[in-house]
Amino acid sequence: MSVGSGVPVIEGRKLAKSFRGPGKQLVQALDDVSFAVMPGTLTALVGPDGAGKTTLIRLMAGLMIADAGELTVLGFDVKGDPQAIQDRIGYMPQRFGLYEDLSVQENLDLYADMHGVSAQDRRARYPMLMEMTALGPFTRRLAGKLSGGMKQKLGLACTLVRAPDLLLLDEPTVGVDPLSRRELWDIVSRLVREEGVPVLLSTAYLDEAARCEHVMVLHQGKLLSQGPPSAVSGLADGRVFDVQSDGGEPARELQARLLDEPDVLDASPEAGRVRIVRREGAPEDPGAGSAGLRFSPVPARFEDGFMVLLQPNAGQAGPAKDDAADMKLEHPPAADAGQPVIEVDKVVKRFGDFVAVDQISFQIRRGEIFGLLGPNGAGKTTTFRMLCGLLRPTSGGLKIAGADLKRSPASARQKIGYVAQKFSLYAQLSVAENLDFFASAYGLYGARRRQRIDWAMAQFQLGPIANQLGGQLPGGYKQRLATAAALLHEPDILFLDEATSGADPLARREFWRRITALAQQGVTVIVTTHFMVEAEYCDRIAILDSGRVLAQGSPAEIRARGATASNAQPTMEDAFIAVIEAARAPSPNERAA
Amino acid sequence: MTAVPPSPLAAKARRVAALIRKEGWQIVRDPSSFAIGVVLPLMLILLFGYAMSLDVKHVPIAVVLEDPSAQGREIAASFQLSSYFNTRVTRSMAEAQEEMLSGEIDGIVRVPADFARRVAQGDGQVQLIVNGIDGNTARIVEAYAAAAVAQSGARLDAEGQDDSASGGQATVESQLWFNSANDSRYFLVPGLIVLIITLIGAFMTSMVVAREWERGTFEALFVTPVRTDEILLGKTVPYFLLGLGGMLLSMAAAKFMFHVPIRGSLTALMGVSMLYLLVSVATGLLISSSLKSQFLSSQVTLLVTFMPALMLSGFIYDLRSVPLAIRLISYLVPARYYVILLQTLFLAGDVWSVIWPNALILAVVAVVLLALTRRATRKSLG
Amino acid sequence: MLASLRRILALIRKEILAVLKDARTRNMLLIQPVLQCLLFGYAATLDLNNVPYAVLDRDRSTASSALLAKLDGSGVFHRIANLTQADQMKRLIDNQTVLLVIQIDPDFQRRLSAGEDAPVQMIADGRNSNTAGAALGYAGAAVDSFNADWRADHGLPPSPITVSPRAWYNANLETRWNLIPALVGTITLMSTLMLSALSVAREREEGTFDQLLVTPFRPVEIMAGKAIPAMMIGVVQATNALLVAQLWFRIPFAGSYVTLYVGLILFLLAAVGIGLFVSSIAATMQQAMLYAFVTIMPFSLLSGLTTPISSMPAVMQDFTLINPLRYAIDLVHRVYLEGVGLDRLTPDLWPMAIIAAVTLSAAAWMFRNRLE
Repeated sequence: MSVGSGVPVIEGRKLAKSFRGPGKQLVQALDDVSFAVMPGTLTALVGPDGAGKTTLIRLMAGLMIADAGELTVLGFDVKGDPQAIQDRIGYMPQRFGLYEDLSVQENLDLYADMHGVSAQDRRARYPMLMEMTALGPFTRRLAGKLSGGMKQKLGLACTLVRAPDLLLLDEPTVGVDPLSRRELWDIVSRLVREEGVPVLLSTAYLDEAARCEHVMVLHQGKLLSQGPPSAVSGLADGRVFDVQSDGGEPARELQARLLDEPDVLDASPEAGRVRIVRREGAPEDPGAGSAGLRFSPVPARFEDGFMVLLQPNAGQAGPAKDDAADMKLEHPPAADAGQPVIEVDKVVKRFGDFVAVDQISFQIRRGEIFGLLGPNGAGKTTTFRMLCGLLRPTSGGLKIAGADLKRSPASARQKIGYVAQKFSLYAQLSVAENLDFFASAYGLYGARRRQRIDWAMAQFQLGPIANQLGGQLPGGYKQRLATAAALLHEPDILFLDEATSGADPLARREFWRRITALAQQGVTVIVTTHFMVEAEYCDRIAILDSGRVLAQGSPAEIRARGATASNAQPTMEDAFIAVIEAARAPSPNERAA
Repeated sequence: MTAVPPSPLAAKARRVAALIRKEGWQIVRDPSSFAIGVVLPLMLILLFGYAMSLDVKHVPIAVVLEDPSAQGREIAASFQLSSYFNTRVTRSMAEAQEEMLSGEIDGIVRVPADFARRVAQGDGQVQLIVNGIDGNTARIVEAYAAAAVAQSGARLDAEGQDDSASGGQATVESQLWFNSANDSRYFLVPGLIVLIITLIGAFMTSMVVAREWERGTFEALFVTPVRTDEILLGKTVPYFLLGLGGMLLSMAAAKFMFHVPIRGSLTALMGVSMLYLLVSVATGLLISSSLKSQFLSSQVTLLVTFMPALMLSGFIYDLRSVPLAIRLISYLVPARYYVILLQTLFLAGDVWSVIWPNALILAVVAVVLLALTRRATRKSLG
Repeated sequence: MLASLRRILALIRKEILAVLKDARTRNMLLIQPVLQCLLFGYAATLDLNNVPYAVLDRDRSTASSALLAKLDGSGVFHRIANLTQADQMKRLIDNQTVLLVIQIDPDFQRRLSAGEDAPVQMIADGRNSNTAGAALGYAGAAVDSFNADWRADHGLPPSPITVSPRAWYNANLETRWNLIPALVGTITLMSTLMLSALSVAREREEGTFDQLLVTPFRPVEIMAGKAIPAMMIGVVQATNALLVAQLWFRIPFAGSYVTLYVGLILFLLAAVGIGLFVSSIAATMQQAMLYAFVTIMPFSLLSGLTTPISSMPAVMQDFTLINPLRYAIDLVHRVYLEGVGLDRLTPDLWPMAIIAAVTLSAAAWMFRNRLE
């Protein structure tokens, strides 16, 4: 590329940017940020929600101008000549930027015309892009009809209609299933490796950051660290352990218990065991005082280092972990654990000719956390909507808490709580008004309503923001408010649809702590998620694809299906991909035909 | 990679062409553009052309014939013969009043019991009671009724009563220039063209820039070599063309369906219509790019373009009779100038002393609005 | 039952809060009707009071001066030119400098004195034939008045038959008396229909509708919770418009408020029914708004607000039978200006009741069956 290897492609010095917040107060989105991105590298920008990632990328793309500091991209001053930069870079915003009422081909052509790509260049470039993105068979399909993963790939293809001098990607993998995520990564790394295009991307997946050559960690507008990922993981060196219980204690409960230990900075379930990061200055021997637990040191990962880096700053991002754990219900569901509360029997859902859900069956017992996994378009959402009574099955039996949701709706729905994928409370109403409305909707009134709202305000620390409008809350608070509203009436069953999509690692940790605490009190929880590590929190998982259940069982059982000769200890993600690919591979007779 | 870099102007033209093509696909695929671009104009043409009429016809009235003499029957007959009235003859005033109260009739003509006797004395009186709620209609009814009564008076005179003593009087010979048949379609249909162009030009455009902001498509488009003026041109041209279609449709309807004459030159008519269309498109674009919300900008557009075009353009209501403050506001309504142009070009002819100043005002407004839109659209997320 | 009522009440509270919290929506709903009433009250008048005219008086006699004095004194006409030649006329009319030219022949006074009819030519600009027609009407009245004076002054008997007109309910035949009460219905139709059409579409678009459906709400309860707030806002709007009519324009109220509000509530029920039906078939807010607009347009044009229903062709008159605004405007007129009671309003009340019943049950049916 034209830029010499020694000169940074992007260089920022003391960048600052602030916005007017909802209450007219100034919010500092970026504060004194200085960095350099070298040519030919893959750079990741990581940090919790609201850290300033999108703002920084928009500054680089010349879509915003910094309040202070200097920023040069490809040698051009952003403030002076944003157009010169926009002529040369590729940029994919968080919200695709595709025209949904245009076909795949029309979207590509539009961007090729914008970049002045000649007809002969197109002939060379299009087949390559099609091969890269596997969108070849769908060129005439409208972009709006593509699945989430395909949209992202098309968005990427549109920015690559000509070889850019620099590629900026804002959270390209949010809401994308593991399979598509892997494909997207293949494209990006090929681009850097083979074409030498420098790429900067922001991500909430810390394992993705670990694959980059250069990582910048942003937190509350400040750059906490920049350098190779090993610099971050190095922070946790010698403090990471794999913990296994001799007594066969479930990983989820062990994780919850370990998180409460003062010496433990972070704990997460993984492959039936628990991975912990110990605090700085904790006693040498991790096993001291914990009988029946085996601690084995393991090499630190990027994520461990990230937790170490952020933990001292976590004060505002999330409540102290003890609060999250103390999710005491006043009237926990009746203690008949083990009874099936959800029975799905050969349920089919057709939309016209299209079979979205094809004869699925499963049972969920009281107090279980049940995970519904699957690639985009597998039928998860349809199944979920049928379980909540939002859709009527075409055929088959569906019983929730012993009732048919369609027949005796009011009383059956009284027993369920639902947290949707996207924030779905009233944006125009304040936090308190939202809670008040949903309490009334669930038939709570008088002193009881007051009491439950107070409970929710206290449990989710919503008191200080009670008068803020729902729509203006930061992502993490929206999530808490939605969960609080779904728990006001103390439901027996809680439905969570991709509730952690796009959330940062800290918020996810906090979220799961609440969910496991609820499950311990007998609440049945059904979740869908694209984070395979979260599947480790579940008691049982079902993997769906093309409307069918491909695999069902405990996390350990599912993981076992991913084991190969070369990979004896597969992660949940390995297993997931193995299951899907095995099912998608053409059967022997098909191959013969 | 590029073999021969195209000239900047050619690249610019290619980008604009691509944007226009893109907008075209979106128009074709969006059912709501069909609704605004085709269904609404057709509906308006039908409503204005066929349904709406200010001509008063078949007004239901009752003639209360308290004096069944020849003179009295003569009066009743003249109402029964008139096509302006649907006449029912009754003997009972109480019955007629009851019908008036229940809203079945809009007027009562009372021929009192002593009518014939008083006519003989030269002092015949017919009472007319109209429902005055719709003052305009009532006034027309009064005039028609007076005419009907005068006619029967004339017939009575002709029947040999001596008229030497009655003397002469001033009579009115009226001519209605430009619309001698006094057909209300002649002014409703040009007014309809104003509404249709306003609707397609502004209402539809008001959503298209906001839509790109709301759907986040601008963000990706901005980070390409495209320039702001190219984006605006790419928005203006397709909606201008679409509006042109609606304009031709309504002009054709005016000429061939409603037979409104076009007395001015077609070139001038097309020219000023395109100017007004440009003003409408620019208004929609300006509102849309300033508000960045489809819902708000469409509401605001209705409020500042469509309603004034209906109420403050002089198309139905005479602007000379409104209070000064409202008249001053009406000078800010571009539709006002276009209505004058349309009425002149359709019905009067090429009156250049009317056409030039009004067309100039429209041109200036279009330029100002486009310049403001250019300022309101910046490749920046702020 | 009680639980159901509580839920509906909660939904009503939430709807009203959501509408009133946003300053832009609040202004749109509460201030805008008042402004519209004021603006249209002044702008939408068919009464003329400032007609520019020119005179070509070739007689220049006492009679012609008396006639012109009648015109000038009418308060309607405003003489801006005295012409000397006929060819000056065209320019004045073409340029819209004058609306009317009056031409008096040289023998005007002579003919009148001789007991002959003396014609007065009036040439009007017919580009807006409605205004021109009205102006000719006013001018004709001035001529009639001149004739009566002339006969009296010259000892002639008055004409054998005269008409003594009297207008009920609106003695001075003011357009405003007709228009403002009609606006009460039109404005409330526009906003309640839009509001109810958008309320469900907005929830659907923002994802809150699903959240509502997983709570114990029944479809009927959701409908009631959506319909009642829209109607409440409609009542407030109607009241605002009525206040403008009475306090600002001083149009006397002849009937009973109870009757008026009973009729209005029935009308609002029909409007909300249409709105909810639109809402149940629209997938997005944009669609809901468009459908609502496409519905409101013919309803307001075919309501008798701008042009009388009796002048429409039979087919269109039949179409107005399904237009609730037609009945509402008639009802408001008759209660406000005529002061009639409920007993005389049944022809307006039952069609609105039927429209409300049909649209509300259609909307309820759509809601129940469109969850797929």
